[in-house]
Amino acid sequence: MTSFQSLFPFGWQHYLLGGVLIGTGVALLFICTGRVGGMSSVFSSTWSYVLQRPFFQQPRFVGTRGWRLVYAAGLVLGAAVWWLGLAGGAPQSTGLPAWQLLLGGFLVGYGARLGNGCTSGHGICGLGSLQWPSLMAVLTFMATAFLTANLFAWALPTPQP
Amino acid sequence: MTSPTSTLAAPPAAHALARAGVTLLAGALFGFGLSLSTMIQPQVVLGFLRFSDWGLMLVMGGAVLVTLLAYQLAPRLMKRPVFDAHFHAHASAWNRETAWGAALFGVGWGLCGVCPGPAIAGLGAGNLDLLWALAGIAAGALAQGWSRQH
Repeated sequence: MTSFQSLFPFGWQHYLLGGVLIGTGVALLFICTGRVGGMSSVFSSTWSYVLQRPFFQQPRFVGTRGWRLVYAAGLVLGAAVWWLGLAGGAPQSTGLPAWQLLLGGFLVGYGARLGNGCTSGHGICGLGSLQWPSLMAVLTFMATAFLTANLFAWALPTPQP
Repeated sequence: MTSPTSTLAAPPAAHALARAGVTLLAGALFGFGLSLSTMIQPQVVLGFLRFSDWGLMLVMGGAVLVTLLAYQLAPRLMKRPVFDAHFHAHASAWNRETAWGAALFGVGWGLCGVCPGPAIAGLGAGNLDLLWALAGIAAGALAQGWSRQH
């Protein structure tokens, strides 16, 4: 019991329920439209609206950019429902400096698109369709993320939440 | 369970609208789930990566389990999706690009605790700091595509 609590100092129910809701969204999208709902593709497909370079004009981006943007809008909407309905609209902040978000974000965007998937594409959709390349991708990014987060915490200690 | 629709000749326009609506709803469930599970707070993700809170495993586990059920069962039980002609599959491949991409993604994720879904959803939760991460991700995706010939 004590060791269980130490694994989840903020409780565990909201994590499991949130995960099930995320899965329900991905499942609903598949059952109703047949679409595989990873999140990182929208960052490439949306560029196809403004960039004529052949890479961005591939059918896999142009043909999916519309629904991917709608899906992303849904993401914002769902978060807004939570924020206004359950969190009382209290201001949220990351507590992280801008450069860290910008640089980390750049690597996240570049890496996710080079590797064709992120935590939702490889993690949820890839594992959900039992694809071993996605499992390898998940193990790889988990390993480098653990390493980076701990090295960074060691090199530049910041107050823990 | 949803039964396969038999009205094959339904007006395409109506189906297009239904697809858009259900895609929005699916995204909203995703965004609500990310928010409820506090995955839109980078501090929580970084806490997981520093072994102080294992919640992310439950989020991932719950999401993968439900997705696995749908991906395995729906194509067996239904001839086609409710509002479209066929189920899509997105095959992943293990090669140099996937390996490098995943490794770089992990470095970025370990640095800022933000991945693509939460970067988008966080905006709906009034976390405007995440605009920095969103800009970074968009720039990263741009740089990746720009460096390609086709």
